[in-house]
Amino acid sequence: MIFGLPLLSVAIWVPIVFGVLVLFSGSDRNAGAARVIALVGAVLGFVVTIPLYTQFSLHQHGMQFVEFTPWIQTFNINYHLGIDGLSLLLILLNSFTTILVVIAGWKVIQSRVAQYMASFLFLSGLMNGAFSALDAILFYVFFEATLIPMFIIIGVWGGPNRIYSALKFFLYTFFGSVLFLVALIYLYVVSGGSFALYTYYHLPLSLTAQILIFLAFMSAFAVKLPMWPVHTWLPDAHVEAPTGGSVVLAAVMLKLGGYGFLRLSLPIAPDASHYLSPLMITLSLIAIVYIGLVALVQSDMKKLIAYSSVAHMGFVTLGYFIFNAHGMEGAIIQMISHGFISGALFLCIGVMYDRLHTRQISDYGGLINRMPVFATLFMLFAMANCGLPGTSGFVGEFLVVMGSMKHSFWVAVAAASTLIWAAGYSLWLYKRVVFGAVGNARVETMADLNLREFIVLGLLAVAVLALGVYPDPFAAVLHTPVHDLLALVSQSKLPVQ
Amino acid sequence: MQYIMPLWPAYSELFLLGMVCVILIADLFVSDDNRIVTYALTQLTLLGCFLITLSTLAGPPVHTFSGMFVADALAGVLKLTVYIGMAMTLAYSRAYLAARGMFRGEFFALSLFATLGMMVMISASNLLTVFLGLELMNLSLYSLVALLRDSRPATEAAMKYFVLSAIASGMLLYGMSMLYGATGTLDIAQIATHIVHGGSGGGEAALVLGLIFVIAGLGFEIGAVPFHMWIPDVYHGAPTSITLLLSSPVKFASFAFFMRLLVQCLQGMVVDWQLILIILSVLSLAVGNIVAIAQTNIKRMLAYSTISHMGFVLLGILAGDSNGYGAAMFYVVVYVLMNLGAFGMVLLLSRSGFEADQIDDFKGLNQRSPWLAFMMLLVMFAMAGVPPTVGFYAKLSVLEAVLNAGYVWLAVVAVIFALIGAFYYLRIVKLMYFDAPQDDAPIIVHPDAQVLISANGLAMLLLGILPQPLLVVCTYAIQYSL
Repeated sequence: MIFGLPLLSVAIWVPIVFGVLVLFSGSDRNAGAARVIALVGAVLGFVVTIPLYTQFSLHQHGMQFVEFTPWIQTFNINYHLGIDGLSLLLILLNSFTTILVVIAGWKVIQSRVAQYMASFLFLSGLMNGAFSALDAILFYVFFEATLIPMFIIIGVWGGPNRIYSALKFFLYTFFGSVLFLVALIYLYVVSGGSFALYTYYHLPLSLTAQILIFLAFMSAFAVKLPMWPVHTWLPDAHVEAPTGGSVVLAAVMLKLGGYGFLRLSLPIAPDASHYLSPLMITLSLIAIVYIGLVALVQSDMKKLIAYSSVAHMGFVTLGYFIFNAHGMEGAIIQMISHGFISGALFLCIGVMYDRLHTRQISDYGGLINRMPVFATLFMLFAMANCGLPGTSGFVGEFLVVMGSMKHSFWVAVAAASTLIWAAGYSLWLYKRVVFGAVGNARVETMADLNLREFIVLGLLAVAVLALGVYPDPFAAVLHTPVHDLLALVSQSKLPVQ
Repeated sequence: MQYIMPLWPAYSELFLLGMVCVILIADLFVSDDNRIVTYALTQLTLLGCFLITLSTLAGPPVHTFSGMFVADALAGVLKLTVYIGMAMTLAYSRAYLAARGMFRGEFFALSLFATLGMMVMISASNLLTVFLGLELMNLSLYSLVALLRDSRPATEAAMKYFVLSAIASGMLLYGMSMLYGATGTLDIAQIATHIVHGGSGGGEAALVLGLIFVIAGLGFEIGAVPFHMWIPDVYHGAPTSITLLLSSPVKFASFAFFMRLLVQCLQGMVVDWQLILIILSVLSLAVGNIVAIAQTNIKRMLAYSTISHMGFVLLGILAGDSNGYGAAMFYVVVYVLMNLGAFGMVLLLSRSGFEADQIDDFKGLNQRSPWLAFMMLLVMFAMAGVPPTVGFYAKLSVLEAVLNAGYVWLAVVAVIFALIGAFYYLRIVKLMYFDAPQDDAPIIVHPDAQVLISANGLAMLLLGILPQPLLVVCTYAIQYSL
């Protein structure tokens, strides 16, 4: 605690309060004020999460910074917050990304600026809430509430087909989570009236019940993550969303699904997780291989990166369901790294889109002649996306492949093939857009990065390299929670006969 | 033997009755320009009733009028909500009525008589009292629907409402007569005791038959499928303020109707009516949510949405324990709040010679009035049951009751239909935020209505963040009455 402040609540509510302030800054006549307040809110929101890291105890088991206040006594729902290393990293990632999207939308967004900025601040606070909630309903409330700002972001500031995409995004993810809700209430009834996630970890459940619960959870998290074959909303949402929306969606929102698997599915239904792991591994491999190939043939840059996200998320679920420390830690690091890399790639596409207003690969070519600084940074991110050693992309993938080698040789081979697919689509994309002679007259007019864009991409480049070269500060916080989680998952919860 | 009948449990009803007479007479001396006096008197009457009921709220159930009338916690709380719903309805309607020449004494007198009917229904402890209250309410409502006598849709709606409602009342009476035949009494408590202790021989068949007819009457009142046919037509045809009245305060009376008849009177046959309610609720959820998608008129859309919400209320009731009844009551209160917001918005956007009753009239509302659009957004997300709005907790409490009663499949069916329902609420949000306005006329909202709609919309969020007090009130009302 610093000054006795409940740090997690501060991390949740600072962005939300600033979001309200931004909304009250009024119409577009005061757009400047809205931008400044939003930036202050975003920076402050990140600053208040730093003590979470500096005061984090590496070897303490269980949750830290716990806050507990009774909330809805009728259903024994509590405002119960706490984090372990996993949530810590995601909270930092989220608060960091919020700053980037506020800066990235500085000039690009000209209509309804206040509403745009406020949506991102709300989103940031809500996601911090989801990452730190220890009460099932509290988690659900935060998890679901994120849909509202994102729905508005895609629908109002999105591309030509934004309405279809916004509705598809909302209904798809809402569908996943209503079954999740039923499973939570079922657990509440079975556990004798508790919504505390910890109670569920030690609740004996029959295999059938576990499988049904697992599937209900999966319907929420697999859609959110997204896993093949319920990924189809993602390319649509990404393509139509404004740059900031794509960045937050890829960098943080997808991780809600990945986080949900770790916090809920695996420890609450461990037997079902083991029982269904062949299915999960198969789905992950399909995502890695098949979606990798799909990404290869995209002609729209955003769609390409969206499919690459799905493929990378396949790595995450693969890491989970091989049940060893390497796989799981790798998967978590992969989530963080993907947050940086995909965010950076969407920002790069945003930079190009702001200049030419097209996302078609064929409209570009020879950018290196006009935008050398941009081309260099873009190169770094493209390389990181295919897992070049020295970048953050490598660490997670290497650990997961190593973990899967322990599990099965052929799974590891299939997983490692991602290095080929990712290199294929990332580098081919880079080649077509950046190298060669200047593609057409319009490319000739493109100016290199301005300071604002350089700061945003530069920060991400530092993050990508730091995590790639010296992952230890990130990995250190994960050892204890991953160890504890694997202990929970290896314990059968089947009722004693 | 008690010779002096206590009157205090019925003070609010007596006060209301007296005030209606005063208003009727006073209105004769008020010119059209000063009709606001009648309006103020009506609101004051409701305020008076509120205070009287509030002061007699606590305490065990008290019977009076030879056991025909009961004042218990359930009645107290429901009456309070009826006054609030009624007062909000009137406040939302003021400008709308004035623009259509309906801002007259009859409207207020009939509304108050309808309120009286609801109160009698809520406090009934005898089948005759139930019926008396129901008819008083219904007769006032028929006339209210037909108040715009030159409007064809309104007259048609009134006719439909009257004819169908008469049939439903007939069925209800028939059912009640069966219950009377089987048990020999009309007193709700005595029938309940008779069913639990003395149910044998030929009475059983008559009871079940009676139950079915009673449920038909109840189903009509609440608008559950397959007794829902009147709802879209009447909601659509009636002037919007009357639709608001029909769909908001009246629902409290309908809920009391269920509590008094099914729970207090026929709790002994819970196994029989549970099955029937399962069918009614699943059908309501299905028909309400699916048909609402096809609507282009927002009043019709909200009518179908009402049907689906009533399906949820039935889910709570069919759980068959006080937990479920509390959840259902919470759902009704939340539903009425949401509904007041939604129809209130339709009323506010309407102006002289223009009904904002098409869904397309909401296009681009965010550009015309960001604040109103935000309020409507909150109401729509509440109706869809998205957290952190209060609509989510309403669904949560009902689902909890259903799962507690062991109906996992029913909960799954309910959430699937809720998901389908989310689509048409989202469509309104989409129109408001993503589309360009069709209509550039300035939106003129009176300050009182502005405050009211803001309070109404923000309540969705505030009650969503702090639902506990409302939940406690509902649990209290149920636990201390049954």
